[in-house]
Amino acid sequence: MKLDNLTFKGGVDVPHNKELTEKKALEYAKEPSTVYIPLHQHTGAPCEPLVKVGDSVKVGQKIGESQAFVSAPIHSSVAGTVKEITKTITPTGINSTCVVIESDGTNEAYEDSKPKGSLETLSSKEIIEIIKEAGITGMGGAGFPTHVKLSPPSDKKIDTVIINGAECEPFLTSDHRLMLEMPDKIVFGLKAIMKALNVENGFIGVETNKMDAVSALKSVIKPEDNIKVVTLQPKYPQGDEKRLINAVTGRVVPSGGLPMDVNCVVNNVSTAKAIAEAILEGKPLYERVVTITGNGVKKPKNLIVKIGTPFGEVIEQCGGFNGTPGKVIMGGPMMGLSQYSVDVPVIKGSGGILILTEKEALAEKVSPCIKCGKCLEVCPVKLQPLFISAYALKKDFEGSEKYGALDCVECGACSFICPAKRPLVESIRFSKREILAKRKKS
Amino acid sequence: MEGKVLNPTNTSSVPDMLVVSSSPHIRSNESVKRIMLDVIIALVPAAIGSVYFFGLNALKLILLSIASALFFEAAIQKLFKKEVTINDYSAIITGILIAFNLPANAPWWIPVFGSGFAIIIVKQCFGGIGSNFMNPALAARAVLLASWPNIMSNFVLPGVDAVTGSTPLAIMKYGGADAGASATVAQAVQELPSIMNMFIGNRGGAIGETSALLLLIGALYLIVRKVINWKTPVIYIGTTAILLLILGVEMNQLMYHILGGGLILGAFFMATDYSTTPVTSRGQIIFALGAGILTALIRVKGGFPEGVSYSILLMNVASPLIEKFTAPKIFGRAK
Repeated sequence: MKLDNLTFKGGVDVPHNKELTEKKALEYAKEPSTVYIPLHQHTGAPCEPLVKVGDSVKVGQKIGESQAFVSAPIHSSVAGTVKEITKTITPTGINSTCVVIESDGTNEAYEDSKPKGSLETLSSKEIIEIIKEAGITGMGGAGFPTHVKLSPPSDKKIDTVIINGAECEPFLTSDHRLMLEMPDKIVFGLKAIMKALNVENGFIGVETNKMDAVSALKSVIKPEDNIKVVTLQPKYPQGDEKRLINAVTGRVVPSGGLPMDVNCVVNNVSTAKAIAEAILEGKPLYERVVTITGNGVKKPKNLIVKIGTPFGEVIEQCGGFNGTPGKVIMGGPMMGLSQYSVDVPVIKGSGGILILTEKEALAEKVSPCIKCGKCLEVCPVKLQPLFISAYALKKDFEGSEKYGALDCVECGACSFICPAKRPLVESIRFSKREILAKRKKS
Repeated sequence: MEGKVLNPTNTSSVPDMLVVSSSPHIRSNESVKRIMLDVIIALVPAAIGSVYFFGLNALKLILLSIASALFFEAAIQKLFKKEVTINDYSAIITGILIAFNLPANAPWWIPVFGSGFAIIIVKQCFGGIGSNFMNPALAARAVLLASWPNIMSNFVLPGVDAVTGSTPLAIMKYGGADAGASATVAQAVQELPSIMNMFIGNRGGAIGETSALLLLIGALYLIVRKVINWKTPVIYIGTTAILLLILGVEMNQLMYHILGGGLILGAFFMATDYSTTPVTSRGQIIFALGAGILTALIRVKGGFPEGVSYSILLMNVASPLIEKFTAPKIFGRAK
């Protein structure tokens, strides 16, 4: 089996811009004095608060929970006192209940935070339970509760687990640094997932622009392990789940389907690391690596940040803005979400805070489509973005659906490449929303 | 703001002024203007060649054609109160291509009329750049040829004395200019220029289409710059050549067919036009095959010696249909 320089058809070369932070070792961010922890940080049902104003909490203590299966509990990232339970807008645009905790600076750990045992002694069920209790959700951006991913319906037999270390988004280096500095944890996390799913084959996919991470990972894999590090062409969107499965296994996830339909489960490297810490240290997911980068920030860094720390505070620790900021984005430039304000908290899915300068944030002038076909060439799903977009802009959503709008993974490669600077993915997104809304109604 | 509880301790900057938009937040360096500029650059060698072979008359026609194309585009956009878009350079390309299709001794009003027709009727009436369904320059050539056939077929041979003569393909089809009606085509073939002169462009024909060499230099530039791909022109020319052989054209005349009759210009610069050809890669192959078949059929069975323009125009009209039937299979969908 080929293990090197794998890829999928389509995709686009994007400027990497990773040099700003790829050599910057992980550092702990300054302790926040107050954290603002939203109770809805994941796909699925929001959590209900388990604490009330005036309660004192410890680091890692559960403060929010939901009875729904598709949900993940929320833990405190500091030790201190609950000051307020109110509402906040999360960086993903959700208006969520928010627990405001003032830190007492002691960082005292919650009593339950202790090692859970070795992989040999833990059963599949126990591992999934630990992951659930630790509030682990997909940290690549989607925020899907991990225990749900690891509990596929009985008719879906999983045979392959892939850890996503592609990190194809420009600028971001949080996964890169994790692979480089904590390869043992990532491999442990992968083994835990494999045990939970009773799977023989594990892969870690890394783009060839991170060969140091590849050797770091390879150095902690024992020859007898069923784990292989595969290298991937640095191409966007190589880290898209379905593209990654295609590159690594050659399998094609059916339209509208999930990885489990082709017997695969994909997890991000940060998620694997969080799983390892949950088992080895009993540490719930209350902090994560965030790359703070871009030409709009003075000292780009890779920081380990506590969930609930306001973006503004994190940016301050990186020397503050470099001139007037143009855009503040959670995530990378290709799929990240631009923010109205820096008064939003870091959440479980915040892999990066990217600050673009005023000049970089300027929208370019849109001109008519010249039918150059570049959007077709780069589309990883083989859609024809120009036509879907044309229908969408005419509000003919049936037309855009016929051309496969719902298959769009919203990677934005089409908009990136378009010489006429047309809002291709933007309009397709719009039509997807309209199509789904209409379906719901009928 | 509703729902906002964060009490910003950080007021040093201007978070209220942040730009908010949907991703992606970065764009490639590609631009329509750059693509058009590349095409212009690619046409420059042949334009210089045309002045070398046919003299200042060629330059006059090229400049007149460009100037009138720009004028008509700006004028009609002003008239319809639309944004004037002559700075996207596309009208310049139309102007150059129209001039390239003219004999060197065409009167001044021929390129002006051609540009006017191309820009006003074929391009702007159908919505401007990207929306026209026919190649404007080729449509203009077709109209000029139908309206003033003697002006448009009265080709000058290279040189200062401006002697008129037939194109090599016309010689092969009808006999030479000096040959009487009774002379056979076989006798007339003696008048054909050498293959080398055919390749370099030292022979009769429209000003911009005679030099295969200079056109290919430009085409290579476009392929390297990834403005066009090699498939369409190669399949087009290949199909034409194979079908000509099947239809009985002799091997020793084949090179004249490939190098003459505007096939190189058409295949590399017109059959690769974005707006008027299919956007799908399978569609582009079908387009090229179709244009090749039509060109060979027109040359051997039809009433014209050349046939490139009409072949491409006919395939232009068929493009939306071809596009519809060659849509790529969406990833993960059943066949």
